[in-house]
Amino acid sequence: MDVTMTVNGVESTRDVEARTLLVHHLRENLDLRAANVGCDTSSCGACTVLLDGEAVKSCTVLAAQAAGSEVTTVEGLAAADGTMHPVQAAFRAEHGLQCGFCTPGMVMATVSLLRDNPSPTERQVREGLEGNLCRCTGYHNIVRAALAAAETQKPVSA
Amino acid sequence: MSILGTRVVRTEDPKFLTTGGTYTDDLVEPALVGALHLTLVRSPAAHGRIVSVDVSDALAAPGVVAVVTAADLTELAPIPSGLPMFNPEMLRPWLASEVVRFVGEPIAAVLTEQRYQGEDAAELVAVDIESLPAVISLSDAASDTTVLFPAAGTNTVCTFGEPTPADFFDGCEVVVTQDTVNQRVAPVPLETRAASAVWGEDGRVTLWCSNQGAQQVKAQVSGWLGIDPETVHVKTPDVGGGFGAKIGADPEFALVAWLARHTGRAVRWAESRSENLTGLVHGRGQDQKVTIGGSRDGKVTAYALEILQDAGAYPRSGAVLPTLTMLMAPGVYAIDAVHASARSVVTNATSTAAYRGAGRPEATAAIERAMDVFAAEIGMDATEVRRINLLAPFDAPHANGTGATYDSGNYVGALDTLLAGADYAALRSEQAARRDREDVRQLGIGVSVYVEITGAAPSGTGEEAQVEVHADGTATVLTGTSPHGQGHGTAWAMLASDRLGIPMDKITVIHGDTDLVPSGGGTMASRSLQQGGAAVHQAAGELVELARKRAAEVLEANPDDIVVDAAFGGLKVAGTDVGVTYADLAAEDALLVRTTFTANAPTFPFGAHLAVVEVDTGTGKAVLQRVVTVDDAGRVLNPLLAEGQRHGGIAQGAAQALFEEVLYDADGNPLTSTLADYPIPSAAELPSFELLDMATETPMNPLGAKGIGESGTVGSTPAIQSAVIDAVSHLGVRHIDMPTTPEKVWLALQAAAGTAAREGAHA
Repeated sequence: MDVTMTVNGVESTRDVEARTLLVHHLRENLDLRAANVGCDTSSCGACTVLLDGEAVKSCTVLAAQAAGSEVTTVEGLAAADGTMHPVQAAFRAEHGLQCGFCTPGMVMATVSLLRDNPSPTERQVREGLEGNLCRCTGYHNIVRAALAAAETQKPVSA
Repeated sequence: MSILGTRVVRTEDPKFLTTGGTYTDDLVEPALVGALHLTLVRSPAAHGRIVSVDVSDALAAPGVVAVVTAADLTELAPIPSGLPMFNPEMLRPWLASEVVRFVGEPIAAVLTEQRYQGEDAAELVAVDIESLPAVISLSDAASDTTVLFPAAGTNTVCTFGEPTPADFFDGCEVVVTQDTVNQRVAPVPLETRAASAVWGEDGRVTLWCSNQGAQQVKAQVSGWLGIDPETVHVKTPDVGGGFGAKIGADPEFALVAWLARHTGRAVRWAESRSENLTGLVHGRGQDQKVTIGGSRDGKVTAYALEILQDAGAYPRSGAVLPTLTMLMAPGVYAIDAVHASARSVVTNATSTAAYRGAGRPEATAAIERAMDVFAAEIGMDATEVRRINLLAPFDAPHANGTGATYDSGNYVGALDTLLAGADYAALRSEQAARRDREDVRQLGIGVSVYVEITGAAPSGTGEEAQVEVHADGTATVLTGTSPHGQGHGTAWAMLASDRLGIPMDKITVIHGDTDLVPSGGGTMASRSLQQGGAAVHQAAGELVELARKRAAEVLEANPDDIVVDAAFGGLKVAGTDVGVTYADLAAEDALLVRTTFTANAPTFPFGAHLAVVEVDTGTGKAVLQRVVTVDDAGRVLNPLLAEGQRHGGIAQGAAQALFEEVLYDADGNPLTSTLADYPIPSAAELPSFELLDMATETPMNPLGAKGIGESGTVGSTPAIQSAVIDAVSHLGVRHIDMPTTPEKVWLALQAAAGTAAREGAHA
């Protein structure tokens, strides 16, 4: 079946099997390989992308379900001139990644978290990222990165 | 000012953050276009006789190119267990044909044009298995009632040391014994195993795989396939975590290479998480019996550790890890008599091998648990018992009595720094207040003091490094150590930059390609900085010497007057403007040094951890509130990276203490084969960690650096377990096995209440 969606601002149509998962569609049909497959049970969140602005685990969504939608992956997050998104920059500054496998999903989950709650407490960050697993960092620096990004993103008040 | 010791953010990160890393399953190499997908049919039974394997339906399925069974692999000898002390009859077949010995053991290989077709076709392979009794508990295995390898005649893989002498504790005023379980855990790197292979027209195979050391994979795969090592080119691209479990080749890697030759097509394999949780090696898996004796004033004089190690179905390095546990048995303590022994047995479970700490966390868990039960027996604060028995600070080699020689240590310093930093006295006051008011939420405080051994494996081998400065002024560093999250790209560039005076952004670090880096030990046992980093430091130093000699000739000056001038980008005659750039020197003739650094002995990082937990005595649920640590790894190259290693280690220790355990039912069916069942902690289950600094340099390498990768795991696990037990110790609980789940804590509380009631009734 033909599936059309806009990924990182680019519209594309591909013929896919009805059972194709969005994450496999992104990785194998569109060659966007940042979203990773880390489990079979939607537990790890390494495949998290934004679907019409909402963070979803792209292993839980069929490509066909995303037809007509806007998808953003970590490849589409930086500005056109290459400037990293504040969340990406904060992850680097705070050493919020080690092996990097969970990172694309973790960054997208953090972007979504901060959009819903621009000034979270540490506890809210921890609970907000509960669906994304990391085995390297102990989450310490990921949480710091999310809190630092929240500070950066805050509008400057008069 | 030297860049060493400063917080340099990672040069690797922009790639991971903007386009994602390139892991093995991400590769879009031209040679892999059109590759076949491998799907393995794995045993659904823990122990059984294979009656038949029928692949006819699978062969007829859409997209299937081949289905391979053991009958097709007769040219390959069984996979050797690798170690001479193992029972020689316990060999693993490439694909099972007669007997299966664990759920997840490969039986058939299905090759399809498309990924999804593999799952469909694998379902159609009909395997008929006649059940045999499964052996899961270590005591059942040791009893030899059911022998897993009849030709071996026993389930014992190997034994180490003699039984504890009967009179070992004679003369002790107090002797306490405790059986403890250091449970089987799963490493769970977020990237599951993956491999791809293609044979070129030159008769060489290129094998990409997710691993901690390409060179070891090359040696093993070529050996297993019976081919010249030089025909194997191994590349490890970005690797999504290893934690010890990705040391050395897995049989699947060789199978991928063999299948690529068999079919004449490129083959790629990426396992599912369920396959990973049942097929990738597991860690730990020791039943321990600790016996500790001493005097009522707190002095420990004798300690015995007896280990029963779970090797899993086919012995791998897990079977030999008890030797490290035995070596480190006395830990940080001055104990006159220490005795340790071990026996490894096969079970119908996944093989065990290295996992973060690999034998050392088990040693620390045992001695720290022993210290706690001893303290409880004599009614003394567990911290005070530790202080009484700690080795005094030393900076000359200290023999620990079980074969290890510690390089330098200040254990009392670590404990003092920890207790002051955490405000131990205030914590005990808070605990007392909660006990007084019989709060349903009790506070527990656990302390561990540890020493571990790093840089030991592979033993006795040096680590090579090559540094080359190019005619454009950039430099390349080749290293045999192989990062999977540790940040060698940044760290090795720092080391080279510091000596060469070339900015980090002009230095490229290359690893994980056996054609470019033919030799190397890989990244494991926290050896990278102290061996691989020291080699880079040495190579860069030698390159500067070479450049000075060449500059002296060009500038017609005395080599002793030539100095590196970073701002100039080369070397100058000291105190003048006369110089020559690296670029000009390299344009004349290759500016390249290849050198080997060999550490004479391992190093012994140490530290102290304190954990605070809150336990709900109504439900048994323990919540980790604080972890405070001192982790002394000698001189620190980049505090940012060192802290990251500590954080990750602490979290994995907390995971073993509180949450994680690989479970099988009595028939050997895995109960934890998905991440929905196997509870690795999320951010919500953990606090932020409080790290205190201390740096006692080692004389074993020019950097003064010890290892840091495993310290967090070694120290935190016993501290957190101890904290949970401490929270309920006033209610009569003396021991709870890991993981200290709500159920185990609740049961321990019920048992203690029952004992108290019975004692009350008898009074």
